[in-house]
Amino acid sequence: MTAEVQTDLREQAAQRFTQLGWPTMELEEWKYTNLAPLQRIDWRSEMEPRLQPGSRPAKAGAPFVAASLRAHALAELIFVNGRFADAAGGANGLEILPLRDAKSHPVFEHHYARYADYQRHAMTALNTANAQDGAFIHVRDGAAIDGFVHLLFIGSGDGVWSHPRNLIVAGRGSQVTIVETFVGAGNYFTNAVTEIVAGEGAHVDSTKVEREAADAFHIGTVQIHQERSSSVVSRNISIGGALVRNEVNVALAGEGASLTLDGLFVLGDQQHVDNHTVIDHVKPHCDSMELYKGILDDKSRGIFDGTIIVRPDAQKTNSRQVNRNLLLSESAIVDSKPTLEIHNDDVKCSHGSTIGQLDEEALFYLRARGVGERDARNLLIYAFASEIVDRMKAEPVKEQLRAAIGRLAR
Amino acid sequence: MLDIKNLHAGIDGKEILHGLNLHVGTGEVHAIMGPNGSGKSTLANVLAGRPRYEVTAGTVSFEGQNLLEMKPEDRARAGVFLAMQYPVEIPGVNNIYFLKAALNAIRKNRGEEELDAMEFLQLAREKMKLVDLDESFMNRGVNEGFSGGEKKRNEIFQMAVLDPKLAILDETDSGLDIDALRIVANGVNTLRSEKHSVLVITHYQRLLKYLVPDSVHVLAEGRIVKAGGKELAEELEQKGYEWIEQEVASAR
Repeated sequence: MTAEVQTDLREQAAQRFTQLGWPTMELEEWKYTNLAPLQRIDWRSEMEPRLQPGSRPAKAGAPFVAASLRAHALAELIFVNGRFADAAGGANGLEILPLRDAKSHPVFEHHYARYADYQRHAMTALNTANAQDGAFIHVRDGAAIDGFVHLLFIGSGDGVWSHPRNLIVAGRGSQVTIVETFVGAGNYFTNAVTEIVAGEGAHVDSTKVEREAADAFHIGTVQIHQERSSSVVSRNISIGGALVRNEVNVALAGEGASLTLDGLFVLGDQQHVDNHTVIDHVKPHCDSMELYKGILDDKSRGIFDGTIIVRPDAQKTNSRQVNRNLLLSESAIVDSKPTLEIHNDDVKCSHGSTIGQLDEEALFYLRARGVGERDARNLLIYAFASEIVDRMKAEPVKEQLRAAIGRLAR
Repeated sequence: MLDIKNLHAGIDGKEILHGLNLHVGTGEVHAIMGPNGSGKSTLANVLAGRPRYEVTAGTVSFEGQNLLEMKPEDRARAGVFLAMQYPVEIPGVNNIYFLKAALNAIRKNRGEEELDAMEFLQLAREKMKLVDLDESFMNRGVNEGFSGGEKKRNEIFQMAVLDPKLAILDETDSGLDIDALRIVANGVNTLRSEKHSVLVITHYQRLLKYLVPDSVHVLAEGRIVKAGGKELAEELEQKGYEWIEQEVASAR
């Protein structure tokens, strides 16, 4: 991608954002989430120069060391306020580059910004216009990568925004596991976009863990494009942040592709987390299994707004969508809005949603054996989440999540 | 060990126990028998502290402590164990992890060292053999996908691990075939000693063939109406509960 093409893209995206403006609650897709608090702040990009590889970023100090999975990951890239800070590790068959070094890579040129639609989505336009850096990961055809690649995004400082932009391309018949973690400190704003391309027959396991600071804003889009017979597991886990919007959009664009889309949100205080998913069955013989689980305490509000589209050509589609929510407080609110748009007859689609409280019988059973009430509640809350967490491959990430969910569960 | 005096209790505003008296001494095995609806399960649930059950009058003392004022977990830690009639399935809570947490909470309360994973596993393996449960059960969710008989055996397994002072068996025999019945009775008999007491609540006499009680009490309409030795259980088996109910009716 030449410098001019890059600049053109940025300018077009910036123009488009100006036309679209910030999303408002009048839009059906944004009816539950008010971005006014975010627009009131005069956000600035942090202009700190890039750190040399190997040198630990000063701001990625003590609070974030625990978020690093360098000891376990095959490779790790760290970004601070959207800028590349540090990298370690690698493997045969795997190319990992900071975005700024990837621009002349032919695979990058071919795929970058092709899937996440900045014409329709204002926040993607904002990201495309302002993206400073991110990760480009290319798995060569047929390469089966053991272990996982960790991308760590650290937000830091009041009034700072960042627009991390990632592109993950899994070549034909390849296998890869990616974990993205978002953490930080302060009243910052992360607006991330990750595009994932699963080539023919590729297996991609991708997890995004949002553990932003309590005062932070996070808007993240994961855009997945699946080719023929590819298999993708994508999880979106939200624990932190004050105001969070997670978008996951998947196009099943090749015959026989299969998707498992998991989500988990664990909220307390006055957190607001809006999960918006679109699974687009474009081609026939594709499967999609979607499971989103919410745990809501205090005055938190969670949203699951999931759409499944089955195009006229997508015969023999098999699709299931489930949203389950556990309310731990009478003041917590959850909105569950499943939508099916089916344009042919030869499909198997189902969806369901439930909202409930902790099972009193189970609570009594545990207590009657000597487990204290608080511990018993934690066990049950964790049990509810475990269906999602236990399906993860990256063991150290599971451990981090168990600890994070355990701390929140009261 | 357990002293129940004039216990009035019920659920959802409906009184079911109307002045029940019972004394269980240390090292004794008592059976409570009675027809459906006589208040057997209410008694078991009140003793374990199940929410929604209300005590309106009377006292229950366990080793000199006021049991009714204690939370369910504190009763368990003090040494009361209820083998439940309908053990609940708890997917996602690992059977063995949960039991280790329970045992260590109880040990902590007794002032004993907590067991580490290896020590606990060793103990658990030993006790599983007692009730003929396969080790694969350890790593499943609590009672998840267990058959009725497996659930009951799991209750007895938990009891054997937790080593309570007073074990209350609430219709543990219901739904068990003869082999499972023998296994359950064997598990309880292993616990029997001069320090442990057992309260067997049952409709039928058949468990008592294997688990011979020191005394048998007949519960009818929320009161103990008759008491005797183990031969009373056999008499009930032969004659049914009707004659007792007639006796109660004519005594009014």
